[in-house]
This record gives sequence, C-alpha cells and structure tokens, in this order.
Amino acid sequence: MNWSFFHKLGSPKWLYELAEKLIPWFLASGISALLVGSIWGLVFAPEDYQQGNSFRIIYIHVPSAILAQSCYMMMAVSAVVGLVWKMKITDMFIASAAPVGAAFTFLALFTGAVWGKPTWGTWWVWDARLTAMLVLLFLYLGVISLRNALDDAEMVTKASAILVLVGVVNIPIIKYSVEWWNTLHQPATFTLTEKPAMPSEMWIPLLIMVLGVYLFFGGLVLMRMRNEILSRERKTKWVQKLIVLNAEEQQV
Amino acid sequence: MLEETKRQNLMGVLKVNFVRESLLAFRNRQSLVNPLVFFSIVIVLFPLGVSPEPSFLKPASIGLIWVTALLAMMLSLDHLFQLDYDDGSLEQLVLSAQPLYLIILVKTLTHWLLTGLPLILISPLFALMLHIDSQHLPTLLLTLLIGTPVISLIGGVGAALTVSLRSGGVLISLLVLPLTIPILIFGSGTVQASIDGLPISGHLAIMLLMLVLSITLAPFATAAALKMSVSN
Repeated sequence: MNWSFFHKLGSPKWLYELAEKLIPWFLASGISALLVGSIWGLVFAPEDYQQGNSFRIIYIHVPSAILAQSCYMMMAVSAVVGLVWKMKITDMFIASAAPVGAAFTFLALFTGAVWGKPTWGTWWVWDARLTAMLVLLFLYLGVISLRNALDDAEMVTKASAILVLVGVVNIPIIKYSVEWWNTLHQPATFTLTEKPAMPSEMWIPLLIMVLGVYLFFGGLVLMRMRNEILSRERKTKWVQKLIVLNAEEQQV
Repeated sequence: MLEETKRQNLMGVLKVNFVRESLLAFRNRQSLVNPLVFFSIVIVLFPLGVSPEPSFLKPASIGLIWVTALLAMMLSLDHLFQLDYDDGSLEQLVLSAQPLYLIILVKTLTHWLLTGLPLILISPLFALMLHIDSQHLPTLLLTLLIGTPVISLIGGVGAALTVSLRSGGVLISLLVLPLTIPILIFGSGTVQASIDGLPISGHLAIMLLMLVLSITLAPFATAAALKMSVSN
C-alpha cells in the first residue's frame, strides 16, 4: 500500500493546497444536499400523524445532534493520533473542529427546545439525552477555553489532546448515568442495525440532511484549517510568498 | 533531595510525599479551613435564599450537600500542584526514578484526606440542619466517602492541565465539573434511593466502579498533563 499521502499530511503547505482543492467540492455537495434535504423534508415529506408539521424540525435537529457527537469522536481520534505520532495536522483539526462542534451542539439543543415546546409543552426538560447534550456543549467549551488560556503552542496541543481524551472516556459514563437518572426523550431515530420505523418518504430526506451536514462540516473545518495553517506557518517562506503574491494581484 | 529520593525504595518515596503534603498543608492552616468555611456558608445560603421551610429543605438537602461539597473541593484544587510548580519541586517529582503515576495517586489522595475527609466529617451537622432523617445519615456519609476521592482524582487532571496558568481557578471548574456529573448523579441518587426505601447496593457498586476507574485512569492523564506543564 502506498503510504506517501500519510507522510504528506505532515506538510502544512501540501495540506493547504489540498484543502484549497477539496473545499469547493465539500461545500458545493454539502450545501446542495442540505438544500435538497431541507426542501424535501420541510415541504414534500408527509406530515406526522401525531405531531403534525412540528416533527419536521428533526430534519435539522437529528443531523446536527449526530454531527455534534461524532465531531467529538473525531477530535478524540485525532487527539490519540496527535499524542502518538505528534502530527501537526491533528491539533489543527482539533482547533478547527471544536468551535464548529460546539455550534452544532448548540443548534441541536436549540432545535430540540423549539420542537419540545409544541410537543412536550415545555422548552426544556431535564431529560437524559438533553442533559447529556448540554454536558457535551460544556466539554466543547472546556476544550475551547483551555486552548485560549494557554499560550505556548506545544502546550496547547498536548493539553487539549489530554482533555479531549479524558472527556471521551467520560462520555459513555455521563450518557449512562443521566439515562439512569431521567429519561423522557424518544430513542434514537437512526440505528445502524435496524430499519427505521418511519416511512421512507420521511427518512430519505433525513438521510440526505445527515450527509449534507457532514459534507458541510468537512468544508467548514477545512476552511478553518487553512486559516490555522496560515497563522501557524506565517513565518515560513511559502506563506510570506503567498501573501506577497496576493498583495500584488490585488494591486494589479 | 533528588539523590536522596532515588536511593529510597518506592514505599519510602510515597511516604515522603505523603508526609510532605500533610506538613505543607498543616503549615498553611488557612488552606485547610477554607473549603470547610466555604461549604458551611454556601449551605447556609440556601435556607436564606430559597426557603427555610422543611418542605423545601428536606427533599433538596442531599443535593445541596453533594453540590456544595463538590464546589468546595473544586475550590481547593487550585493548590494541588500550584505551590510545587512555583518552587520547582514538581520538576523533581516528574524527574524522579519512581513511577509518577503512584506519586500523583498519593498526592491526590492526600489532598482528599485533607479537604474531602473534613467535609465528610462536618456534613452530618449540616444534614441535620437541613432536616435529613438521621437514619439516612450513614448512607449519605458512605456516598460522600466513595464519591469525594473521585472528585479529587478527576480534579487532579484539571489542576495539572492548568498548573502553568496564573489564575487557573475558574478554568479548572469549567474543565472538571462536567466530568464529575456522573458521580454527583449517583452520589445523591443513592441517598435518594435509600430514602425511598429501595436497595442501594447496586448504586454503591456503580459508585465503587467509578472510584476504581478514576484511581486506575485519572493519574495517568494527570501524569501526562504534569509532564507537559513542566517540560515547557
């Protein structure tokens, strides 16, 4: 097997150029999937026999909740990779993904609250899954604030990797303890092992939305990673050359 | 000091650390008393701020004691590695030939012995003031006895991550409090189960599991964080 791409990941310049090529694909496919999914879900999907139109918020709620959780998992994987192989790219990913993950966690909580009002009759209940998501938001905020508090770049890398790993060990424990504590939320909408209970006209747009959210997330994170690369490598020749070139282009 | 420590065996090193921690704590008595005073004042705020009626205090009491104990322990975490970091002895610990994992375990458990245990000892007084039935006191003490070391151990990770910062206090709480939610849930849940007349051995088993997990895992993360903090 050819491992050269893996070694090339160590080169910020190569990554910067790769991201430049990938971003349009991610964003274009992500945004079009989001458009198709949301129009299909919000306009054409059949009404729920019990919840009426208010169920349609799952087309935003479920994808952002799925992404919020898997974003933390991705950060944990890159934390391990970063601690073991000391690759720069992993820390760039954590730095770029944490605020995006936090935003999606907030979006999931917010849409959940909006959905809860007509369905449960209240904006917020102290239910296990809601609380677990809120704790996840706090974990994201912890990573972000630790990164802001430390100065030394080397320390930021290691400290946030350790914190992400401690958090990921805790996530299942938090999940099961809040579940034991209180449960009102319905079980997961999608599981890998079973066919969804809802009709296909309902879940196909949801699946498209989930795909779209992942692609959009990929595009966003790559854009943020390019910024990270530029600010970290600002003293290298290739970045300075790039800046000069850009400035010249603008003058012309 | 390093030469001396190297010559001693592991138990010797651990004993030295235990004695040193305790001595330092007793030389600076205010830091021993602070969590206790904080605990007492915060407990008193609730009857004053919400309601002195037993109908409020009785159901809320377990949660109040647990949450306040958690906050009081957070308050003292700031000092766990701070002084050692400032005077350079932390570097000596990291360089020591003995496993850092065990040294940290001893340091954290000493911290618990000096802050967690006194909290447990005065909690019955406040439990009675909050109208908890005295027959449930042993369960409350037992859950605190199992739960507060977990808080010290998880808190150690936060303290180690922020040790190089001048004012890490609030940040530690921000990092650590979300991670202590499980032990809080089971701590107060166990006492609630006992009040409801349910068997509690299952709950206690889960709390002990958390204690075992945090004893085995948390010092590793603390050690990694300390090595990182010292190396810079």
